Amino acid sequence: MSTVAERSAARKRAQLEQKALDWADDRLGSSKWLRSAMDKIFPDHWSFMVGEIAMYCFVILLATGIYLALFYNASSTVVVYHGPYKPLDGQSMTEAFASVINISFSVRAGLVMRQAHHWAAVIFMAAITFHMGRIFFTGAFRRPREINWIIGITLLLVAMLEGFSGYSLPDDLLSGSGLRVVFSIVQSIPFVGPWLAFNLWGGAFPGSGVFFERLFLIHEFLFPALLAGLLGGHLAILWHQKHTDFAGPGKTEHNIVGSRLWPQYAIKSQALLMFVAAVIFGLGGLVQINPIWVFGPFEAARSSAGTQPDWYVGWLDGALRLWPHWEFRSFGHEIANPFFPGILLPGLVFTVIYAWPWIDKRLYADYEEHNLLDRPRDKPLRTALGVAALVFFIDLTLASATDVIGNGLQISFERLIEILQYGSFIGPIVGGLVAYRACILLQGGNVHPIQRPVGGTIVRDERGAYHTLGASHGENGHEGEGHDVDGHTGNGHTGNGHGDETTLERGPAGG
Amino acid sequence: MAETKFPRVFTGAHGPEDGAGETTPWPDDVPPDQDDTWYPLRDDPWRARRMEYVIAAFWAITALCGLGLIVVYCTGGEAQYEGWLLLGAFATLGTGLLLWARYLLPGHDIAASRGHHVSDPEERAAIVESLSRGTDSLMSRRGFLVKKVLVPVGGIFGVAAIFPLASLGNRPGRALYHTKWYSGARLVTEDGQALHVDDIMVDGILTVFPEGYINDSASAAVVLNVGGALVQARHGQADFEVVSGANGIVAFSKICTHAGCAVSLFNVFSMQLICPCHQSTFNILQDCEPVFGPASRPLPQLPLLVRPDGYLIAATDFVEPVGPGFWNRSGD
Repeated sequence: MSTVAERSAARKRAQLEQKALDWADDRLGSSKWLRSAMDKIFPDHWSFMVGEIAMYCFVILLATGIYLALFYNASSTVVVYHGPYKPLDGQSMTEAFASVINISFSVRAGLVMRQAHHWAAVIFMAAITFHMGRIFFTGAFRRPREINWIIGITLLLVAMLEGFSGYSLPDDLLSGSGLRVVFSIVQSIPFVGPWLAFNLWGGAFPGSGVFFERLFLIHEFLFPALLAGLLGGHLAILWHQKHTDFAGPGKTEHNIVGSRLWPQYAIKSQALLMFVAAVIFGLGGLVQINPIWVFGPFEAARSSAGTQPDWYVGWLDGALRLWPHWEFRSFGHEIANPFFPGILLPGLVFTVIYAWPWIDKRLYADYEEHNLLDRPRDKPLRTALGVAALVFFIDLTLASATDVIGNGLQISFERLIEILQYGSFIGPIVGGLVAYRACILLQGGNVHPIQRPVGGTIVRDERGAYHTLGASHGENGHEGEGHDVDGHTGNGHTGNGHGDETTLERGPAGG
Repeated sequence: MAETKFPRVFTGAHGPEDGAGETTPWPDDVPPDQDDTWYPLRDDPWRARRMEYVIAAFWAITALCGLGLIVVYCTGGEAQYEGWLLLGAFATLGTGLLLWARYLLPGHDIAASRGHHVSDPEERAAIVESLSRGTDSLMSRRGFLVKKVLVPVGGIFGVAAIFPLASLGNRPGRALYHTKWYSGARLVTEDGQALHVDDIMVDGILTVFPEGYINDSASAAVVLNVGGALVQARHGQADFEVVSGANGIVAFSKICTHAGCAVSLFNVFSMQLICPCHQSTFNILQDCEPVFGPASRPLPQLPLLVRPDGYLIAATDFVEPVGPGFWNRSGD
């Protein structure tokens, strides 16, 4: 098939490659590791890509962020704007706000970069959340992957703070209101609150001249460095432990089925990076996000209706709206209202999330190692609790937009808030029960959505019900085993199902 | 499988039964009977060549989009064009890569042992030995250095390291208890206009600051003319309102007692002030008591007076801290 010329070119290339790798090996002893890296096997499933999408969002955030940092001016010195955006001409504003206006209107390609950066942050958080959901519902956090769960949740937390700090940098009316609320939340912490808030802001709100310099340092150095470090650890551990996989034909707890990293998987992954970039930069150029020139510069004595934070902070803003008007006052001290929804609630939520791998172990009395994933239906209780948490989260997020939704639905925001207050209790219960029931029903159906169709004869009985008879056992070399692999027996408990081995009967062209 | 305290994972389809797991557990050991050099168009050179052209065509579009981006930049930049071109460039680049990987690159699924992800028991024992070599000589023989000296010394030095953090900001002191309002301060608008008692229409509302402190955020107040309507004042605050002819003028802090946003929405029909951030609603005619939402305290009222020349002035500062609560708010 290949010509003589091609073969001699290949020989030459191999010689060159040998030379280059030898050079590296002479100095680093790298051949063994590199070989194992290139031969590393990754299982493939669409849901495994979501974490990758988050990683590529981070790459794009770094690239666009570095560009924006070249133009941003973290200064609260007040200047009068004169520039191409006429509606703001002659208005006084901080240099921070003016510099973001300049990025948007005076720096060529600046607007695309800025909007792409914001879109990337929004998608980054969505991908992280989705990835976390995938890990949760399939039990991928179980031993030996508890450390990576902890690192992952910390990544979520830091990414959230990183997003909020970036959202606050332009010093526009919207983000300024957000900062005001955060100042009040910090101030509400018992005993140290006022002291802490004054130290962070460099004085009373809106803070001294150092505040935006601090925020900028946090946003463009501290948190990104933390994210990069945590992400490195996350990937290193994944690399060492190898990826989990769904149960399926030929898959056991002790083997790994997938394609090698080099070359196909690596090139596919690069294609994914390109698609992520296409979506983010497409949105960045075509769909407006955070038009700060519409909001105007921040003035503490102003605020406007329709103030919504970015979606991933919405649940906290919603919690502030739904929390009843309680404050605790006694002995000359008080615990102010924002403490409960602003500090206590997220504190509890993240404590439970961090502790989940250990809660789950006790719930299922399962301290075993797992490389094969659960089907969500096989763990109805976990799935129901996860769905309940999601409904709670969605309820709070909706609450952060009560004024907008109320306008749209033509109901008063008072009524809507009451509905969502009740909803935050009833919604999770209903959602959990529905999910539990759905799990049980799906178990009865016993159709594995991630397995290929099972061969067999379908017969209809006299009452009209359908039954599958005599599932074929892959007699043509096709993976079509009809039985469950590795203890997924639908009783909600994975016991010692090891050793149920199905041999992989796939030749090179048998797929 | 026998339960051990640290179950090691090396059995499986290609585990110790065939020796692969034991001898080379790491890196991934691909058994020799599996071939993954196959790819969909391997045995069909014509279709493979056609696929090459398809990929090349996609990447040609990438290049065209790149040229377009250069042209758009040089002609002044335009976000909409840049968006389409970036979308096109990245999408075609990605599509080309995906087609290449999918049809022309080997990457057939293979199975391998997961290998060990834990160390051998001997290594686990050995590391304890290494660790205790150090801890023995540190703790058993020189235990007092650690327990009695290093811990307190480290504690003191550690406390010393905390002090520089106090430089980050002023201590709150009395800052949260007072605003810039002072006895005799004229009420001025954002533009520096001092307010006369007749300047506000009945049912009118204005944002005001103490004269000389325009835009001091904590001092922001709203001043309203409620006309002849009766404002139920809190105990001892009945004289905070200025009544002059048909005007009844009251002023309240504009900083929400919930989370500190500006209470900037005014419903004239229900005589309510509403905070746009979290919808705390205050009834003006009831001394700005919160009637809905998360706020739990009324907006503090500013005691007003009229100067002989008709200008509105503050009698004193607010008589209580404005804005959201904090730990020792009521401690004076």
